[in-house]
Amino acid sequence: MKSKLLLPQSSTLLNVERRLFLKRSLSLGALAMLTGCDATDPTISERILGAMSKWNDEVQLAIFNPNKLAPVYTEADITDPFPFNAFYTEDEVTTVEEAGYSLELGGLIANKASWTLERLRALPQVSQITRHICVEGWSAIGKWGGVNFGDFLRLVGADTSAKYVGFKCADDYYSSIDMATALHPQTILALTFRDKVLPVKYGFPMKLRVPTKLGFKNPKHIMSMYVTNDYPGGYWEDQGYNWFSGS
Amino acid sequence: MTTVESFEARPRVHVHPLFVRVFHWLNALGIFLMIASGWRIYNASPVFESLDFTFPNSVTLGGWLGGALQWHFAAMWLLVLNFLMYLALGLASGHLRRRLTPVSPHAVATDLGRALQGKLPHSGTTYNAVQKASYIGVLIAILVTIISGACVWKPVQLQELASLMGGYEGARVVHFFGMTAISAFILMHLALVLIVPSTLFPMIVGWTRKDNHDEI
Repeated sequence: MKSKLLLPQSSTLLNVERRLFLKRSLSLGALAMLTGCDATDPTISERILGAMSKWNDEVQLAIFNPNKLAPVYTEADITDPFPFNAFYTEDEVTTVEEAGYSLELGGLIANKASWTLERLRALPQVSQITRHICVEGWSAIGKWGGVNFGDFLRLVGADTSAKYVGFKCADDYYSSIDMATALHPQTILALTFRDKVLPVKYGFPMKLRVPTKLGFKNPKHIMSMYVTNDYPGGYWEDQGYNWFSGS
Repeated sequence: MTTVESFEARPRVHVHPLFVRVFHWLNALGIFLMIASGWRIYNASPVFESLDFTFPNSVTLGGWLGGALQWHFAAMWLLVLNFLMYLALGLASGHLRRRLTPVSPHAVATDLGRALQGKLPHSGTTYNAVQKASYIGVLIAILVTIISGACVWKPVQLQELASLMGGYEGARVVHFFGMTAISAFILMHLALVLIVPSTLFPMIVGWTRKDNHDEI
């Protein structure tokens, strides 16, 4: 089936050229068939590729340096306008009202009292200008400010020896990160973008900013978070994106 | 054209040692998987936005971005480990030095001129200067593509290396042109195998019959 795609399109080819082309098509087709036994059987290919993705999670965790900082940039480097990105279009963005909002905590956390934005803003604030790298390949530089996530986890008495921190979002998005990344000095609960309250399109009321991971590991519109040892997966991760997706 | 009998009667000449043949075919598979999945990944966000160029999805691997990424990050182990094993064995055994050196720009120019005039003899066991330069070139292209790919994958952990290419976005460009160079080599390589098909057999079994090149 695959070799069909490689058949010559034009009937104007000279005979010799045509024969050469067919010969090459055959060898390419044979090569395609070598892989085709995997590609056409979803269970085998899914199993192998899924196992390799899990293996890559382990490798990435092993080479992740908790003290290695993502490159930082200047105000002049900020991408303007910063691109909107989600699994829906910008006009479908989820609006969360600040009134009545509070961040819910769950799982292996000692103090599960929820946090209003007001209380989070009262905590020490940090900011960073870093590169957001999308799984698609493009990248953009932005400035985010908020609460150092490691400090926040320790403040609420999270079990930092647990494996995962999971997030649930107002737009039904969900994701999770490893604890080592959660405690990385540049991982922040972002409340601002370019020194202003985080706009709706960039994730109001808050977004997890993780400059050591791909963009889809930076959940927006976070409603609740929890600490766990049970693999929580994620919206894209469950569809096949690599879970660790570290930079 | 020689007869089967006389061909069979000639002594065997060893052309490619086993490790080279194993490397070659695993590398062919690895490169195929990496390029086919890489094109799909490229399509999700073309490196040069202004060019507006994408690869036909029908010639790509993975079905969607996530599938292509799974193939890419699985096949990279095959490609990289196979490549490192080849370099290690090739350098330690002296095979690379014996087969690919010496080669000078002057010799390449001379042999290229002869090749374009159709006067360059092809021997299974001794490479001409154009072959040497091409094989060294594609090995360098694969190495550069692997290194730039690692920088695209890990632009934070490998930021010092990535900065040599102008950071993440620079590494993407290098990775793209590395792929382009490898693709150009493959086109030329396949075309030459079609022109000199007797070179294919030794890459499978390792040997050919003496004076095989006379048949060309």
